[in-house]
Amino acid sequence: MKTFGIIAVVLCGALLIYGTVDFPEWGDPASPASTYVSPYYIEHSIPDTSVPNIVTAILADYRGYDTMFETAVVFAAGIACIFLLRIEKRDSPRSRLYRHIPTGVTIRIEQGGRLPEGSRDLERIDSVWVPYDLIIKTGCRLVIPFIQLFALYVIAHGHHSPGGGFQGGVIFGAAIILYALAYDLRTAQTHLPIRTSVLLSSTGVLIYAGTGALCLLLGANFLNYSALAGLLGVDPVTARSHGILIVEIGVALAVMAVMVGLYYIISSAGRLDEGL
Amino acid sequence: MDPVIAFIIAKYNYWMYIILMMIGLCGMIIKKNLIKKIIGMNIFQTAIILFYISIAAKKNATIPIIAHAHGDGHAAVNAAGIINPLPHVLMLTAIVVAVATLGVALALAIKIYRQYHTLEEDEIISQIRE
Repeated sequence: MKTFGIIAVVLCGALLIYGTVDFPEWGDPASPASTYVSPYYIEHSIPDTSVPNIVTAILADYRGYDTMFETAVVFAAGIACIFLLRIEKRDSPRSRLYRHIPTGVTIRIEQGGRLPEGSRDLERIDSVWVPYDLIIKTGCRLVIPFIQLFALYVIAHGHHSPGGGFQGGVIFGAAIILYALAYDLRTAQTHLPIRTSVLLSSTGVLIYAGTGALCLLLGANFLNYSALAGLLGVDPVTARSHGILIVEIGVALAVMAVMVGLYYIISSAGRLDEGL
Repeated sequence: MDPVIAFIIAKYNYWMYIILMMIGLCGMIIKKNLIKKIIGMNIFQTAIILFYISIAAKKNATIPIIAHAHGDGHAAVNAAGIINPLPHVLMLTAIVVAVATLGVALALAIKIYRQYHTLEEDEIISQIRE
């Protein structure tokens, strides 16, 4: 079996090398990939959409269908993970562990015991003991707002600089995952529960598809944002630019929520209470 | 320069992606552990991303963002001076979808581990046959 696998891999590599002989050289401006449709995009993106970042213009306007269904794929993957792993009916834990922060003493509270939830000196911890890490928690608390601000900048500034919904959404999701790593899953879920993240991801897809449907209702083709000109009060070219921003926000919401949801589900193997 | 060496240097991006692709394929076909297979799948996806991004490159060209687009001087945009933006768009979505498929693959691996208490492929097959 192993030799068969190696033979298959080597054969595949040999075929690829044989095919590469006909490929254009690296950086060739006259290569077939660069002469067929991309010159149109490069030359027409400013007159058509008034977006200087051609990648954003293609992503959300010229290839809007593609991006819409990519967003739907990301959403479907998030939902699939939740359906695969989520444990709906879980037993309430027999005992809970708390740490008294000033002394470092760990307290176990059996079922039925009184819960010191309100106390500031006590911190609930996972069943796997982890040391109290002031530096990591404080450092993350300081850095997370700036990560989120940068994510919003990347989303909103995708028209003029590298960025957009996918990148900004991933950065925003990373900020929340960092929070969940520095504290624990329960603390992160008090701020963004898994239900909210599912709702946000479906809202993102809805914003994207809804913008397309709105264009349809206003008498243009699906995802032809120039139909929004009347609603937004701008000329059709600027309306396409604004339409791109709207769908990018939808993409960012969906991607952010799915990244966070995937982390919650996989790190805790579906239990959503403890993990990593 | 020797023409063979010149040929190899002119297409070095393709050799890199072929090497990465073969490593990924090796991981997927030969390795018995499911997590190693998933890692192989990711390396394979990275190879494809590298391939697409490398065919977008043009010599002496700049990034696909038009400078001073809304400014005063409306210079004509020269398509040869800007790299091909289309592969970048395709790979932008492909990266996110790769993360999503990785998530589903890991979820399936957790599910399989719960059922069979192992991630080794041959042990799982022998348990299924019992």
